[in-house]
Amino acid sequence: MAETAAAAPETVEAEAPKKVVDPDFEPEIIVFACHYCAYAAADLAGSMRLQYPSNIRMIKLPCTGKLEVIHLLRAIEAGADGVYAAGCLEGECHYLKGNLWARKRVNHVKELLVELGIEPERVEIFNMSSAMGAKFAEIATDFTQRIKELGPNPVRREGVSPHAAAREALGGVAMPDEAESSAATAEEGSAE
Amino acid sequence: MITAERKPFDEILALVGDKKKVLVAGCDTCVAICLTGGEKEAEILASELRIKAEQEGRAVEVEHTAAIRQCEWEYLDMIAEKVAAADVVLSLACGIGIQSMAEKFAPQIVVPAVNTNMLGMPQEHAVWLERCGACGECVIGETAGICPVVRCSKSLMNGPCGGSHDGLCEVTTPEKEDIECAWALIWDRLKAQGREEMMYINRPPKNWSKSSSGGPRKMVREEAKPV
Repeated sequence: MAETAAAAPETVEAEAPKKVVDPDFEPEIIVFACHYCAYAAADLAGSMRLQYPSNIRMIKLPCTGKLEVIHLLRAIEAGADGVYAAGCLEGECHYLKGNLWARKRVNHVKELLVELGIEPERVEIFNMSSAMGAKFAEIATDFTQRIKELGPNPVRREGVSPHAAAREALGGVAMPDEAESSAATAEEGSAE
Repeated sequence: MITAERKPFDEILALVGDKKKVLVAGCDTCVAICLTGGEKEAEILASELRIKAEQEGRAVEVEHTAAIRQCEWEYLDMIAEKVAAADVVLSLACGIGIQSMAEKFAPQIVVPAVNTNMLGMPQEHAVWLERCGACGECVIGETAGICPVVRCSKSLMNGPCGGSHDGLCEVTTPEKEDIECAWALIWDRLKAQGREEMMYINRPPKNWSKSSSGGPRKMVREEAKPV
């Protein structure tokens, strides 16, 4: 311990255990994005021509407060490697406290994952405003890297789309995605 | 209302054992209101069990359902088909509901996914406090509407004891949340009601045979029984 503390900062960083990342592993990440902030931030990131990984699949919600434990769990059950909610900055929820409710539920899902022996880091919540296009891209990039380091979700189901499963669990709560690719629309059939 | 808390996941797994078809049955009355065993919670537990099975490569079918009230046989008819199709039923109802299921659907195996813990009062959203011990002989008419059976740590009928300090019970420890002394509460309220003399009633030892100590209890309302 004393040696590490005495070492130069760059040495400490170099000593940090690095996880082996499979270069071929492309995680599937579901993002539950609030219509008022994160979804708009994603749009802004696009307009700003910011790069972020194509691993993330968005589902638009009227508010992250509409997100329930089962929605997050269903995405994991369907094989999503990572799931996060992206809501407004704390104190700036359009519905006052929706993002605070969402944080509690995300934390509860983390507890459930621990019970199941799955890394709780696979589920997260982030806050941002609609003006934070760069932050949206940064979070998407960092979270994708986090999941790449964790490796695939131990629950893998052939032929099951986590995105479709999460959308199905949400039922009428999920809003139509204008920005989603046409492939996603075809996948969900009559989701619109 | 009756409150219950979910059992630890490992204990639930052990109760389910190696059964291949599991039905997670919620109850949409008391346990749904205390956010432990309604249909939502049944769905969450079913999802957890599927995730666990998938992780371990076990082929298990897990479904969920909910009865409006597991403690009344009429409502159990509605889920009878699903129960019959399962190898084991994991019930999220209170102990009454679980036993009703086990009796109605015998010899089907019905196991509890919750620990029924108290007759509680919702203090605020998601917080419940014990308020009744179903002792069979209510005394709160003499104790300002405060139950000494469950709110006094010693269930004293003539309190307070020497462990009451500044309105708190001696069972209160730095690690534990404050426990109010029931008898201090009783005194304060009797005073506010101008009925301090009730504090001096000398109550004989309580007849616990009317509580669960007297064996299983049965209640019959002859005038209401079907003719």
